[in-house]
Amino acid sequence: MTSTPELPAAKPNVAWRQIGRPLERTDARGKAVGTTRYAGDYTMPNMLHVKVLRSTMASATLRRLDVSKARALPGVACVLTAAELPDRLAPTDIPGQTGQQRQKTDQQILVRERVRYFGEPLALIAAETKDIAEQAMALIEAELEPLAGVFDPIEALKPGAPVVQGEDNVVAAQKVRKGDIAKGFAEADLVIENTFRTQFIEHAFLEPEVGLAWVDENGVVNIRVSTQVIEHFRYVADALGVPHNRVRIMGALVGGGFGGKEDVTVEIYLALLARATGRPVRLEYSREDSLVGHGKRHPFVMTYRTGVKKDGRITAIEAKFIADAGAYVFLSPYVLLYAVVAAPGPYRVDNLFVDAKAVATNNMYTSAFRGFGAAQACIAYEQQMDEAAKALGMDRLELRRRNYLRTGDKISTGVPIRSAVWTDRCSEQAWAALGEPTKVSGPVKIGRGLAAYQQSYGRITWLHDTSEGWVGVEVDGTVIVRSGVTDIGAGQASALAQIVAEVLGVTLEDIVVYNSDSATTPLAGTTTATRALYMTGNAIKLAAEAVRSRLVARAAKELDVEPAQVDMASSRVFIADHPEKSLSFAELVKLCAAEGIHRSELAMFKAPFTDKIDPETGQGQVHPDYAFGAHAIEVAVDTETGEITVLKSVGAHDVGQAINPAAVEGQIEGGAVQGQGYALSEEMIYREGRLMTPSFSEYLIPTAMDVPPVKCIILESRSGLGPFGAKGIGEPALTPVAPAIANAVADAIGVRIPDLPITPEKVVNALRQRSSQPQRSAGR
Amino acid sequence: MSREKTIVLVVNGRRHRKAFPTHRTLLEALRELGFFDVKCGCEKGDCGACAVLVDGEAIDSCLTLAWTVEGSAITTVAGLGTAENPHPLQDAFSKLGAVQCGYCTPGLIIASESLLRETSAPDDDDIRLALSGNLCRCTGYTKVFEAVKEVARASTIGGRK
Repeated sequence: MTSTPELPAAKPNVAWRQIGRPLERTDARGKAVGTTRYAGDYTMPNMLHVKVLRSTMASATLRRLDVSKARALPGVACVLTAAELPDRLAPTDIPGQTGQQRQKTDQQILVRERVRYFGEPLALIAAETKDIAEQAMALIEAELEPLAGVFDPIEALKPGAPVVQGEDNVVAAQKVRKGDIAKGFAEADLVIENTFRTQFIEHAFLEPEVGLAWVDENGVVNIRVSTQVIEHFRYVADALGVPHNRVRIMGALVGGGFGGKEDVTVEIYLALLARATGRPVRLEYSREDSLVGHGKRHPFVMTYRTGVKKDGRITAIEAKFIADAGAYVFLSPYVLLYAVVAAPGPYRVDNLFVDAKAVATNNMYTSAFRGFGAAQACIAYEQQMDEAAKALGMDRLELRRRNYLRTGDKISTGVPIRSAVWTDRCSEQAWAALGEPTKVSGPVKIGRGLAAYQQSYGRITWLHDTSEGWVGVEVDGTVIVRSGVTDIGAGQASALAQIVAEVLGVTLEDIVVYNSDSATTPLAGTTTATRALYMTGNAIKLAAEAVRSRLVARAAKELDVEPAQVDMASSRVFIADHPEKSLSFAELVKLCAAEGIHRSELAMFKAPFTDKIDPETGQGQVHPDYAFGAHAIEVAVDTETGEITVLKSVGAHDVGQAINPAAVEGQIEGGAVQGQGYALSEEMIYREGRLMTPSFSEYLIPTAMDVPPVKCIILESRSGLGPFGAKGIGEPALTPVAPAIANAVADAIGVRIPDLPITPEKVVNALRQRSSQPQRSAGR
Repeated sequence: MSREKTIVLVVNGRRHRKAFPTHRTLLEALRELGFFDVKCGCEKGDCGACAVLVDGEAIDSCLTLAWTVEGSAITTVAGLGTAENPHPLQDAFSKLGAVQCGYCTPGLIIASESLLRETSAPDDDDIRLALSGNLCRCTGYTKVFEAVKEVARASTIGGRK
């Protein structure tokens, strides 16, 4: 096995042949013809069906839970309540092999006494059929006594507010102190202050949470589950109280994640019931279970004060964030950290002061969601830039241009950016691509907006992220890739095949990728944090290059040249300057096999490791690197009805290197539409903690009727830390979209609506208010 | 328990005889029969992932009781083509990147096929309307529109129907 520093440099001596081409993804066809099996498509003989009984109150004491009638119902195999469970908790920290698990923030598996959110699980039922499990659920008597709850994070900070858990409601706090904030504001000619609010939103992946578990002949709990993170096997084992090697998690192609399958979902329930019953158990969430049952995106209240000179230079930013963490901590501290790192945006701000708190409430807990706090920050800092431009009477792009970070500049945490920073050209190209403004008349007004961003890719550097991957060549010349990576729909596995095809000079058809099995594929880490391509791509590239080195050495002997003169392409191995002197890849592999030459490699890639940041100043390295880009929008707003139509949507991103441009476009297009929903139509509404939007007829994600064709501009600086200079695009695609739309709406109607989503009602009210109070300035 | 009824479902050209409770939806019945290509996304007719063709027209199988379509020709996405011999829509969706997580893909292809059977040369608005009952969270629909248009173009030129 090789690891990052020791590996001899075996750079392919070829021009890229597979990388950068919009190849058909390896997973596409099976999905289109219906042969792909998702986690919910696996069944086993003698399998039981599981239902989860949930709390109907958000803050309560569980006085009595009588499951006797449910247990007595014929066909019910098992009912578990907290009384049957050991007094263990479900770990909710960031997953992986960090060895840095925090204490005292984990969740009860089933409610023992205190209910902290609407939908918190009370009991698990396993029965012969789903129908029987549902009937049993109705037979359980749960006596809940309401307790005073707190449902607004600002209320939750006040003295005397009900405390959700522990000593107080502040579950995390983050700071940034850079430069001299007082001096910065003293230098300013103008100070712009605004407060922006974002809402709870839902991932709305199309495949609800689902899994199947059984205990095998070795006593290992096997779980086939739809997840972004097979490495949760460790947390499941901890929750069961068994050694880590007694739980195995297998994924499947995942029907969408977006951060919503980053935390544990059904795994622990399944593992408990499989052990309790000795039978295979299957749990499939209904859509309502899913909407109620997993964490949401944090609503943020963000207050910004920005000091600017008349020439547009930013002299200081003060930002204060309050995030609703909901009833349990989950990933709130990390989401908050991402938000404060991103607080100034892709701008050079020498004097910066950020204070952020994540606050517990009895709302649904909040955790990972594409953009992970940095998306919320972008919604504020980019609207703030437009407001600053308006106050200065300056062109919005020009103001940005004068402040953009450049390569080598220091970001909020005092660390310089070493990769390319192409925010400027991304902004210009996105804006230019809007073309001529659409012509309208009457009450309809056209508006345009842009947002630029800084978004990390790769995990927090003190988590010491690593990824392992294996590449092997079979005797007939076909190639096998093994990687633990979960493929959540972005083509994570296909990208690995494309990288290996490049390095070994074969085609995608020659390669099979085995992925997403915690026991038999090398652990590649999570598919989160825009890290999958960066980390697993590098690991697999290292492995493939090591194999290539050995094959090339043998080929050189056969062709009687130096290894440096050997090239591989189109499944042939040849002398680079005399391609006619060649042998087939399969012939070479046969030679190697006959001589016992090692045809496989396990490699590990390590991200940069750093110490934690200074907690008082927030200074230090937080992420390996950052991606930059911009999104531009044109909207039409009907000033009579408030209806907003997105007419043009253009994303321009420096992705470093597109491994598969069609897949990159897919991310940009999908992110554009998800961001549109965030800006205009999506909101998980909780009233006293109770979810009021438990279906897709209340929670409105964009449909085919709502969206324009998205235009993608892919820039390639080849300066990223990923394979072939790639950066990442999963999260960046989404981050700038909602603020670009907010800016476009404000441009159209001349009033800023600082709270998302910007609904027709808010537009009409804002216009009405403006006409009655013309002296008030926008957005204050 | 509700009553059971033995029914015959004709799926992808083959007859399947089985007893189902009368409240069993077509979605549940098809999955019980092993048609895993029919996806369950909401069970409320909101998302369209479970769409199948019934006598050539796309319907949400989650909103249809199984016994009500006894004897009708039911086509799931797997009934349209195979990996080796794909339907033009399946081919175009795969090649043009219209498939990401793929969970909504069977429903989108079924809805597209239903549209193309009605209208061989749909315009953009026809396509949007026909697909408006199928939610997709990954693709942003752009490449889906391209795939449907590509197939419509090819069929108009080549006289597929």
